[in-house]
Amino acid sequence: MGEKAEKLVDRKGLRLDGRRPDELRPIKIEVGVLSNADGSAYIEQGKNKILAAVYGPKELHPKHLALPDRMVLRCRYHMAPFSVQERKSPAPSRREVELSKVIREALEPAVFVEYYPRTAVDIFIEVLQADGSTRCTSITAASLALADAGVPMRDLVAACSAGKVEDLIVLDLNDVEDKVGSADVPVAYMPNLAAITLLQMDGILTPEEFEEAVKLAIEGCRKIYVMQKEALKARYVNVKEVEE
Amino acid sequence: MSTAATTVVRVKQKQIAQLIAKGKRLDGRGLNDYREIKIEQGIIEKAEGSARVLLGKTEVMVGVKVETGEPFPDTPNEGVLTVNAELVPLASPTFEPGPPDENSIELARVVDRGIRESKAIDLEKLCIVPGKKVFVVFVDIYVLNHDGNLIDASALAAMAALMNTKVFNYEVENCEVKIKPGFMPLPVRRHPVAVTFAKINDKLVVDPWLEEEQIMDARLTITTDDDGNVCAVQKGGSGFFTLKQVLEAVQIAREKASEIRKKLGW
Repeated sequence: MGEKAEKLVDRKGLRLDGRRPDELRPIKIEVGVLSNADGSAYIEQGKNKILAAVYGPKELHPKHLALPDRMVLRCRYHMAPFSVQERKSPAPSRREVELSKVIREALEPAVFVEYYPRTAVDIFIEVLQADGSTRCTSITAASLALADAGVPMRDLVAACSAGKVEDLIVLDLNDVEDKVGSADVPVAYMPNLAAITLLQMDGILTPEEFEEAVKLAIEGCRKIYVMQKEALKARYVNVKEVEE
Repeated sequence: MSTAATTVVRVKQKQIAQLIAKGKRLDGRGLNDYREIKIEQGIIEKAEGSARVLLGKTEVMVGVKVETGEPFPDTPNEGVLTVNAELVPLASPTFEPGPPDENSIELARVVDRGIRESKAIDLEKLCIVPGKKVFVVFVDIYVLNHDGNLIDASALAAMAALMNTKVFNYEVENCEVKIKPGFMPLPVRRHPVAVTFAKINDKLVVDPWLEEEQIMDARLTITTDDDGNVCAVQKGGSGFFTLKQVLEAVQIAREKASEIRKKLGW
């Protein structure tokens, strides 16, 4: 791949794509993009292009999996074969199985699962193009899809990564920074409740750097949260008049 | 998992939570105490390395097999490390036979991340012919009895087994690997230790045992290396943590990990 020994941060402290260390990539969000789904959202963050759809609450099959006192939340994170440089087999990889689990557990704290006993809510996430930090971008979109489906929630979940490239703690890693950088810290956050619902890390960071990265990621989540709310309003507040 | 609340009787659930609120635990431990750790190494003669870890009643065996194979194209000068975990049905009534489920995949990947990101094994020393032949190290985690905190027990067992692993001596003749008599130890240079917390009623407890896991809101694993750097983190469970709790957990994890390393002589 085209990753040469390029410097990831230049002398002015700008990154390969011209961003400052604490700057997000451009984000575009649209809510309610799929007509069949009960809720859906499409997000672009840098070159990430991700679709999320929610079906439910609905009857759970097979029935013996239903829980008497709450709904069952199910989640599938999946990458399209053409989403990465070298074709990815469409069969779910171990990475996708793990991410499906952590994404579900990142969204679950937001949902009032006890409101719909014996039902299921399915969250489907398709990564159409991957450009680093896809789990975070997926959570941002999936939480909007849940809201679009009318699932009662405590707060929206916004997610953003931080990491370390060349001794600098930076926000929202892109593909190259994720691969070449020395640490990646994805965080999902509910700003109104100050609750961290996803936290992972790989790489090597001192405790001080780790703290800085988590705090920076939370700041990123707050900015994304504002955009999430705007996207929801754009879908629901502006009721267009029927013409033609 | 989701059926957990039904497994521990409500009464006991209340009791565990009330005790924790007072800083005590049902099995007499303090909130930051580990259960007794026992490690045995070299228990499977046919494996190149092996270990069994008892963490209280949780029992995990790890076998390491070493073979030769091709390196990954993006790391032609490095050996290959793969970690797999089996939640063997005999270990718990909740484990079913069949292909690895999300719990065993998560377990394997969290242990893998700790070893890989701390650079515990010098993978470059496992290169035989660059781009062609390298040693492939298979770490197979076998959970034999599930009494909670499988991650920490598995991470300890994996490191103990790797430290016990011997690789055959070889020489290269015309790109052919010839086995020579004798062995060399696997180049282990770091000792990552995973420390797992359960959040119960807004309090953190270290090394949760099974009943605590069944009622916990969320789980947090922090893996640190010999210098106290953080090298892997994983949050699990359907609850959340505050920033304060996360930072507190990092501090405790570093202290606990260094205590464990000292006790084990790592």
